Amino acid sequence: MADSTYPIPGAVEAPSRRWSQAAVLEWLNSWVTTVDHKKLGILYIVYAIFFLLVGGAEAIAIRIQLIQPNMHFLSPQVFNRIFTMHGTTMVFLFGMTYIFGFANYLIPLMIGARDMAFPRLNALSFWLTFFGGILLYYSFIGGGGLYGAGNAPDVMWWAYAPLTERAFSPGHAPDYWALSLIVTGFGTIGASINVISTAFCMRCKGMTLMRLPLLVWVMTVASGLALITITPLTAAQVMLLIDRYLGGHFFDTQAGGSAMIWAHFFWIFGHPEVYVLVLPAFAIANEVIPVFSRKAMFGYPAVVASSVAIAFVSLGVWAHHMFTIGMTSVGNAFFVLSTELVGIPTAIKIFNWLATMWGGKIRFATPMLFCTAFVIQFLLAGLTGIILSIAPWNWQLHNSYFVIAHFHYILVGAIAFCIFGGIYYWYPKVTGRMLSEKLGKWHFWLFVIGFHITFDVMHIPGILGMPRSIYTYEADRGWGTLNMIVSIGGIIQAIAVLIFAWNLISSYFKGKIAGNDPWDAWTLEWSTPSPPPVYNFATDPVVTSRRPLWDLKHPDDPDWHYE
Amino acid sequence: MLEKSVQYVLFRAKSWWLLFAFLICGAAFAEGPQATPSIFAPSSTPADEIYHLSLFVLTITGAIFVTVGGLLAFVVFRFRQRGEDDTTEPAQIYGSTQVELAWTVIPVLIVVVLFLTTARMIFAIQDAPKPKAALDVTVVGHQFWWEFNYPNLGIHAVNELHVPLSNQQSPTPTFLKLLSADVIHSFWVPQLAGKTDLLPNNVNELWVDPLHPGMYVGQCAQFCGVQHAKMLLRVYVDTPDQFAAWVKNQQQPAVADDSVAVGRHVFETQACMNCHTIKGTAATGRFGPDLTHLMSRDTLASGAMANTKENLREWIRHPDTFKEGALMPAMQLNDQQLDQITAYLATLR
Repeated sequence: MADSTYPIPGAVEAPSRRWSQAAVLEWLNSWVTTVDHKKLGILYIVYAIFFLLVGGAEAIAIRIQLIQPNMHFLSPQVFNRIFTMHGTTMVFLFGMTYIFGFANYLIPLMIGARDMAFPRLNALSFWLTFFGGILLYYSFIGGGGLYGAGNAPDVMWWAYAPLTERAFSPGHAPDYWALSLIVTGFGTIGASINVISTAFCMRCKGMTLMRLPLLVWVMTVASGLALITITPLTAAQVMLLIDRYLGGHFFDTQAGGSAMIWAHFFWIFGHPEVYVLVLPAFAIANEVIPVFSRKAMFGYPAVVASSVAIAFVSLGVWAHHMFTIGMTSVGNAFFVLSTELVGIPTAIKIFNWLATMWGGKIRFATPMLFCTAFVIQFLLAGLTGIILSIAPWNWQLHNSYFVIAHFHYILVGAIAFCIFGGIYYWYPKVTGRMLSEKLGKWHFWLFVIGFHITFDVMHIPGILGMPRSIYTYEADRGWGTLNMIVSIGGIIQAIAVLIFAWNLISSYFKGKIAGNDPWDAWTLEWSTPSPPPVYNFATDPVVTSRRPLWDLKHPDDPDWHYE
Repeated sequence: MLEKSVQYVLFRAKSWWLLFAFLICGAAFAEGPQATPSIFAPSSTPADEIYHLSLFVLTITGAIFVTVGGLLAFVVFRFRQRGEDDTTEPAQIYGSTQVELAWTVIPVLIVVVLFLTTARMIFAIQDAPKPKAALDVTVVGHQFWWEFNYPNLGIHAVNELHVPLSNQQSPTPTFLKLLSADVIHSFWVPQLAGKTDLLPNNVNELWVDPLHPGMYVGQCAQFCGVQHAKMLLRVYVDTPDQFAAWVKNQQQPAVADDSVAVGRHVFETQACMNCHTIKGTAATGRFGPDLTHLMSRDTLASGAMANTKENLREWIRHPDTFKEGALMPAMQLNDQQLDQITAYLATLR
C-alpha cells in the first residue's frame, strides 16, 4: 500500500534546500528558542562583541571631537549623548554580558554537568538582557525622533540626580536610561542566580568545592556580587521613575529631595560593579596563565580566598567615588582605609600569577600574550587606584582625565585584554577551529601599543587640570598635543579590534581544525569533542583532583597526591 | 637603512617622552598662575600640601611598580619556553605558606603607612580652623555660570572670583561656602585647592590660602548639562591694594549715563531685567548673572569669550554662537536695539 503522505527517508531533503527560506527560519528558530547553555553562551558573547564594536565606535567619535581644541565635529548635545551611551554600553551591554557568556558556556563543561541549573531561566535572562540593549539604543530613534542624534540619554552613565529630574531633563532620555537598565538588570539577576545554583548543585562526582576550577569559583563570586548590587541600582532607578512620572520627591531637590542619596545608591551598585566586571577577567587569567606556563596555579586556596575577600571588601568602599561631595573628615578617612584594604587581596592575586609563571615553561601563544599584558596593566591600574584612594589627592584628580585613564586601565587593560585572551583560548572549543595566530599577533601588538599610547598619556591631561565629560577645551590650556596623541592611540586600538573581528569571522570558515585539546590543558571541557555535543558528556565524569586531565595525562604523578 | 629608521623612531619616541617630562617638570617647578592649571604647580596652602603628599605616594607606588614590574619582566624573559619540541613539564609547585604570608603582610604594612599619612592630611585640611582674618565668600553654581557673594562686603560678583593674597606670617585665607541653585556642580581651581562639589540643599566648604598673585583658571568638574564644558572659572589673587580697589569699585551702584538712556530703556522693557540685576535700576532679576559691573570682567558667559563690545553684541544677538545650550534666550532684537543695548551695557564698569 503506497502512502504518499509519509516522507520516504533520505529522499526529502535535497542539499540545495539548506539555504531556503524555511531552513533559514528554522536556523533562526533554533537560536531564538534554545535553552542549551552553550548556545546561550555564544549568544551572550556575540551580543557582547557587537556592543563592544558599537561602544568602540562611540569612543572614536569622542576622540575625534577632542583631537584638538574647539573642534566642531559633534555638537555639545550630541557629544554628551555619545559619551553617556559609550559608558552605559560598555559597562552594562558589553561588560555585564561577557561574564555570562563565558560563565554559561564554560561552567557546566568545567564541572561535568549537562546544562545550567535552570535552562529556561537562562534563556529568559539572555532575552531580557537583549531587549534591554535594544531599548537603550531605540532611544536614538524613539522619543525625540530621528533628528540629530535622537533622544539618547545625556546624563553620564551614573545619571546623577537632580540632573535627571524632569526640571533639568525634560523629554524621555533618562527614562530610556533607567528602563533599559532595569530590564537588563533583571536579566543579570536571573543569570547570576543560575550561575550560583549551577556551581553549587550541578557538580559531578568528586568535584568538591575546593576542586572547582578557579574560573567557576571566581565567576560564582562575581555573580553573587552582581546579585547583591543590581538590587540597589534597580531600586534607585524605580525611585527615579517615580519622581519623573508620579511626582515623587526622592531626588527632586527643588521639592526637598536629596542629590546625595542618589549618589550613595548609585555607587553602592557602581563600585562593586567594577569588581563584578573584573573578577571574571581574573577568572579567565586563572585558567590561561597556568596552562601556558605549564604549572599548577600557585596557592589555589589563597586565590579563592582573595576573590571572596575582594567581593566582600568592595561592598564597603563605594563612597570613594564621593570624596568631593562633602562628607565629614571621619567619613572620608573611613573610605580611604576600606579602599586601600582592597589593595591587599589584589596584591596577593598578582603575586600568585607571578609565582605560577615562575619556574614554568611559558608558551607565548596569543591567549598568554593577552594575559601577560593584563598582569602588568592590572598592576598599574591598581597603583593608580591607590593614588586615587588618597582622599586629598583625589580632591584634585576626581572627575579629571586621570580618573578616566585609571578606570580604562581596568576596563580595557585588564578586562578587555582578558576577554580577548579568553576568546583566543576557548574559540577552538566552541567552533572546532583555531583562531589565526598570525592575525592574533597583529591584533595583540597593535592593541597593546594603541592601548598604551592612549591611556598612559591620558593620565597627564588629568594632572594638568583637564576635567572629564567636556566636549571641547580652550586652545591655551596646553592639552591639545596630549589629546591628539590619545586620539591617535584610540584609532590604533580600533584597527586592532577590527582585525580581531575579521579573525573571528574568517577563522570560523577557514581556521585550522582544533581537535579536542589544542592547548594541552587540564580542565574537563577539553575532554569533550570540539564543539561539544548537546549533552556535553557521553558518560558522567568523575574527578579526583583540581586538574582531571593532568591526572589522565600523568598517571604516574597525579595531582591529588598534593591536595 | 633599517637600522637608521629604527634609530629615527627611537629618537622620535625619546623626544616625545622628553616633551612629557618637560611638561610635567615645567609645571612642577613653576610658581604662580599658569594657563595650564597643573596640580603639580600649586599656589595655595591646601594645593601645596596635597602636592607634597602626592610626591610621597608617587614614591611608594613607583617603588612597587619597579619591584613587581621588574619581577614580571624577569619571569617573562627567564622562564619562556626554549625549543618548541621540549614537551617535558616543569616541576609543579602548588603553594607555599611562608611565601604567601610574606606577600600578604608587606601590603598590609604599606596600607597602614598610606592610611595614617592620608588620614592626617584629611583632618588637617578639612577641619582646619578658620582664622579671624579670613574672608567669607558664598559660591552658588548655576547652569552654566558662577555666582560669588561676599556677605561681609555686600558684593555680588560673577564668574570671576577676586580673593586677597595671603602670606605665611599672617594668613588671610578665603573660606568658600558652596551651594547650588540647580544641579550638582564642582568647584575646581587646580592650582589653589582640590575640588569640592556644590549641591542643592547642602552647604559644603572649601578654603584657599593663595601664595602668589595673578589669575588662576579652573572650571566646573561635575557634568551639569549641555554646556558643562564652558562653565569656566577664573580666580584673581589680588595684592591687598588691588583687592581694596576692586572691592571699592564693586560696592558702587551702576553708572547712570544719560547718553545711553535708550539702551537702558531697551534693557528694562525687553525682558532682560527678568533675569538680570543692575543695581540702582529697575532690573532685579536673579536667574541670570548680575550685570552691575559687567565691564569690570575680562570674560563673558563664564569664560566662553573675551569681554569685548563686539562679542557682547554677538552674544546678545545669538547666545548659541558662543555657548550652545546656554539658558539665555536669543531676544529677537533688531540691529538698532542691539546697538543701543550694547552701548548701555558697555558703560557698566
